[in-house]
Amino acid sequence: MIATESLSKRYPRVTALDRLSLDITPGVTGLVGANGAGKSTLIKILLGLSPATEGRAEVLGLDVATQGAEIRERVGYMPEHDCLPPDVSATEFVVHMARMSGLPPTAARERTADTLRHVGLYEERYRPMGGYSTGMKQRVKLAQALVHDPRLVLLDEPTNGLDPVGRDEMLGLIRRVHTDFGISVLVTSHLLGELERTCDHVVVIDGGKLLRSSSTDEFTQATGSLAVEVTDTDACPDGTAALHAALAGAGLATQPAGRAADGTPASGRVLLVDVVDDTTYDTVRDAVVGLGLGLVRMEQRRHRIAELFQTDGGSHEAAHGRPVETGRPHERGTADAA
Amino acid sequence: MPPETLAGPGGKPAQDVIHNIGYRHYDGPRLGRGYARRSLFSQSLRGAYGLGRSAKSKVLPMTLFAVMCLPAAIIVAVAVATKMNRLPMEYTRYAIYLQAVIGLYLAAQAPQSVSRDLRFKTVPLYFSRPIERVDYVVAKFAAMASALFVLTATPLVILYAGALLAKLDFVEQTKGFAQGLVSVALLSLLFAGLGLVVAALTPRRGFGVAAVIAVLTISYGAVSTVQSIALARDNSDVIGWLGLFSPITLIDGVQTAFLSAHSAFPGGHGPSAGGGVVYLLVVLTAIAGSYGLLMSRYRKAGL
Repeated sequence: MIATESLSKRYPRVTALDRLSLDITPGVTGLVGANGAGKSTLIKILLGLSPATEGRAEVLGLDVATQGAEIRERVGYMPEHDCLPPDVSATEFVVHMARMSGLPPTAARERTADTLRHVGLYEERYRPMGGYSTGMKQRVKLAQALVHDPRLVLLDEPTNGLDPVGRDEMLGLIRRVHTDFGISVLVTSHLLGELERTCDHVVVIDGGKLLRSSSTDEFTQATGSLAVEVTDTDACPDGTAALHAALAGAGLATQPAGRAADGTPASGRVLLVDVVDDTTYDTVRDAVVGLGLGLVRMEQRRHRIAELFQTDGGSHEAAHGRPVETGRPHERGTADAA
Repeated sequence: MPPETLAGPGGKPAQDVIHNIGYRHYDGPRLGRGYARRSLFSQSLRGAYGLGRSAKSKVLPMTLFAVMCLPAAIIVAVAVATKMNRLPMEYTRYAIYLQAVIGLYLAAQAPQSVSRDLRFKTVPLYFSRPIERVDYVVAKFAAMASALFVLTATPLVILYAGALLAKLDFVEQTKGFAQGLVSVALLSLLFAGLGLVVAALTPRRGFGVAAVIAVLTISYGAVSTVQSIALARDNSDVIGWLGLFSPITLIDGVQTAFLSAHSAFPGGHGPSAGGGVVYLLVVLTAIAGSYGLLMSRYRKAGL
């Protein structure tokens, strides 16, 4: 889908991209990086709107330097910022954008109706967009990127500004763009956890350099953990702490209570236990029974991708062995959002 | 999850079950840049009269259009009723006479055409599609000029039709009408360019409106005041050259020199044929310059 070869973009003062070589296959690919990591610059180059200083890039087998117009005909783009005029309806707006992509008038109308339905806009599509909620606006922005049936869409921070429910819906929609519509997706975000659920493949860039590129499965396989919550009893006034000690004694690695796997603060009553193999479950059960505690829940959790990059893309063991990385990904997340 | 997920990727269209169609791919033609440019042109031209937009946005352009045509209709009615042997107003004089209306129209519609796209950041959506900067600028420029041409040429058509109805001299009227059309065509291009450049400077529509009005009225006010002073001091040569400094007097100068119009300058001291060449050059430079400025304005406005 996308291939770049030592792609660099230098401005007089900053280097936005530094010899970036990527090979992105069909599917949903997440592009992660802090603001200023070079995500937007990369998208601009991929759309053929900004020449690279050196190196080359191909999108859908077309050269970005010479075939920009052909690329833009087959690629959809959803910008990060608001881009909708408030006084026209979603239908009118998307029809216009479809025609701008080269669709004849009748086809533009049909595709608009279809696409808006697929992204989940029904009656409200005839109303002026000024009255839409953020979630609806994001859907229209996605619709205008899909209306000409591209083979690839570039989505720039599609979950920005959405509440948790809206975020989940948008992520589900993005997943469907690939599974149901058969359109490949490149989605940027500065939140790794989000992409874990949506993407087949994650590319991390920082300072214009490639930090890591691998499939989401590789990241999260065999790094499962178990969330355990227990009650307190008279014998053990602090059941969680008692279980923590017991499990440590049994040789299981546990995150300290009150800390989620990615280091962010979590409920003080949930203990995260690393799953080594199937016997781990038995060990936990036995420990709970041995202490006479009530088991509230025991559920499987995957490690967050975020954890894997806690030490700037260093090996996951390194990040893993150190329980103290206090809330760093969290801080990063908020700093990026600013 | 909506029901359409039930159909697999590239689901087959099932015409009889509306709620269960999967995603359908588009295999039809993609008409490319030229078509997109034409679509943008027609959308902008229609938009300049509020067509395809809310009823509210039709009020002002349509009112101004009516105001523009009304005097022509009255002139025709009078000419036909009183059996005049010539129209009481030259074709070339009409736009000069109603310049305030043209100015208002431009001030209202030029920001509508370009400031909105800048303000709501729609411009990146255009440039992420096959069209390029030049297509966008050309389409917007042509649409604004065409809208102004419709505004200024329609009254001339009414005058001409009336003149023929009143059985005035056909050759003389046709010549006057043709000269009038050339003049308003130049005027449309010049005004569209200036209006769009001023409007594209600011994403705020209100500022755009005020700035366009200011550019047109202040320059005209200043030029005609100084011209009047020059006339009072019997300095008639200067009057001809002063007209170079405001858009409407530029058009006046060109049509006085080449389109056998009578100048509306104080004392009727329009430029000579030699001066007219300078006027024409300035007009053409201003049009080309506006185009160049718009192009550079949108260099930065991409993604």
